[in-house]
Amino acid sequence: MTTMKKENILEVDNLRVNFKTPDGLVTAVNDLTFDLAQGETLGIVGESGSGKSQTAFALMGLLAGNGVIEGEARFEDQNILTLDEKAMNHIRSEKIAMIFQDPMTSLNPYMKVGKQLMEVLLLHKGMSKADAFEASVKMLDAVKMPEARKRMNMYPHEFSGGMRQRVMIAMALLCQPKLLIADEPTTALDVTVQAQILTLLNELKADFNTSIIMITHDLGVVAGLCDKVLVMYAGRTMEYGQTEDVFYRPTHPYTKGLLEAIPRLDGDGEALATIAGNPPNLLNLPAGCPFQERCLYAEDRCRKEAPVLEEYQPGKLRACHKPVNWEVAS
Amino acid sequence: MSTATDNVLMEVKDLKVHFNIKADNAWPWTPGQALKAVDGVNLTIYEGETLGVVGESGCGKSTLARALLRLVPITDGSVVWLGQDLTDLDKKQMRDKRQELQMIFQDPLASLNPRMTVGDIIAEPLRTFKPHLSKQEVKDQVRAIMDRVGLLPNVINRYPHEFSGGQCQRIGIARALILKPKLVVCDEPVSALDVSIQAQVVNLLKELQGEMGLSLVFIAHDLSVVKHISDRVLVMYLGNAVELASKHSLYDTPRHPYTKALLSAVPVPDPQHERGKKIQLLAGDLPSPINPPSGCVFRTRCPHANEDCASQKPVLENLSSEHQAACLRLAEIA
Repeated sequence: MTTMKKENILEVDNLRVNFKTPDGLVTAVNDLTFDLAQGETLGIVGESGSGKSQTAFALMGLLAGNGVIEGEARFEDQNILTLDEKAMNHIRSEKIAMIFQDPMTSLNPYMKVGKQLMEVLLLHKGMSKADAFEASVKMLDAVKMPEARKRMNMYPHEFSGGMRQRVMIAMALLCQPKLLIADEPTTALDVTVQAQILTLLNELKADFNTSIIMITHDLGVVAGLCDKVLVMYAGRTMEYGQTEDVFYRPTHPYTKGLLEAIPRLDGDGEALATIAGNPPNLLNLPAGCPFQERCLYAEDRCRKEAPVLEEYQPGKLRACHKPVNWEVAS
Repeated sequence: MSTATDNVLMEVKDLKVHFNIKADNAWPWTPGQALKAVDGVNLTIYEGETLGVVGESGCGKSTLARALLRLVPITDGSVVWLGQDLTDLDKKQMRDKRQELQMIFQDPLASLNPRMTVGDIIAEPLRTFKPHLSKQEVKDQVRAIMDRVGLLPNVINRYPHEFSGGQCQRIGIARALILKPKLVVCDEPVSALDVSIQAQVVNLLKELQGEMGLSLVFIAHDLSVVKHISDRVLVMYLGNAVELASKHSLYDTPRHPYTKALLSAVPVPDPQHERGKKIQLLAGDLPSPINPPSGCVFRTRCPHANEDCASQKPVLENLSSEHQAACLRLAEIA
């Protein structure tokens, strides 16, 4: 981990994503603010429906038709949220790449893997077919695909889940993007395969100095890979800071609850602490803090006014009226 | 806290489940090949205990779960339930036995009939097995079990789609427990749930087990969850049992190279530990269960394999009273 001050390549300011649905306006992402330096990894964690994937889709310009974006996201000093399709395609091809959760549904089942990889280079880099082929083989080698040359001629269904995810990562890296957005890239994989992919991402980070936004619900994955963490709940930032601060000294009751509720391999195996109740319906959020109904520490104020996100210490943000003081014994 | 006793409920001997499969373009007369989903598993389930079964996709853990309840055809071996071999029973006798053997499934919504109300779903086992009960008695029992699993009485007339995943899983648990079974097989009951909900369901299962003296077979790919709920843990790889031990013995001193690799791969939410740890990455992919490696099935990915491993098939050996592992080279690699 670096403590050196580096230039930010991405600065997101008050990002808000609304969806117009027949049942009313749903705010999936609410005033999200974060930044990312070159070579840095940010983990966005949260449960289903917390808005973490929609954040990624908004940044990539991939929102569903009924989605409306507000706020700003400056990538290399350019607001990428207002770009037209053509300019966005340019950014998507060369600067920002994305890997998705399910590698089977994001690869074309009718096309050989080699052709899908080469397509990227032919289209965006204007390479010749022979060059594109060689570059693709080299990239498959870089993601540790065994017998890369032979695999160029195979269809996605002939690959295992882990191998498909390697193809997706290779495809994302072909144009050497500055920023890689990974949306739950290991959730569909087995633990030993997940370990392979995470090791690979850590190596790529070191080799290419790529910045990564890692979207996941697994705090263990964040612990191993990310420099900074943003904890989301009901579309809002609950807590944001350096990984070690958030894991060892969480101050938001939700972060604390989450850390206590995960069964841990290094735990003693006794009863788990739970967060009572269910995640709220975004159409019908409780008044005040979105977490107040499930919060152990909630008081009157929490039920009336929503806490604002404030920097309580340099580099550490939190939205809570009743922060906890909790240190994980290490 | 453990309610485990020494009374044997179920004894599984050399259980094999092979599926006969054919390639799509095969001639009608070509014989199919055997997919060895479960290939010779031995285990004993005691009254009141939780046996965790872990392994990666394709290791045969779900097939094993189904075979325990005879929900898949058993190719060979026996499943002895309280002294009676389930493989000898005919359909009707088996159906009677199912009162004592229940199952909870992975996808909480898909395992509930979308056109039945919650009350009907939970009452269905009672109506099937105890038709003499009056309407009022059924209703009372349904309400009692709903209360026990944490469902409010006013949801009795609602349909499954109105519930969240965690609530649906509670309905599935209520349905499995209403007949007061002795053994409940849970096939990945919490893997589809969010972390905060997962903890609620795991705690609920643990509490119910303590109250009702249930035995649980808890199948999961998440080793941390299994550690929380189990008394003993069985590790499977490609249809074979590779290690079977008490929870503490397995997690503190894993012996089989596969178990070691599996445990080292689990991410722990502790940044310093995660960054400092040495992961034993396994090379390559899971071999095909249609044509598994000779000898030890793990030898193609094992860092310690030698020629003996290709010719000899290891069986579970007793290492101590509570630890068994199947590996030829245990003494050398310890």
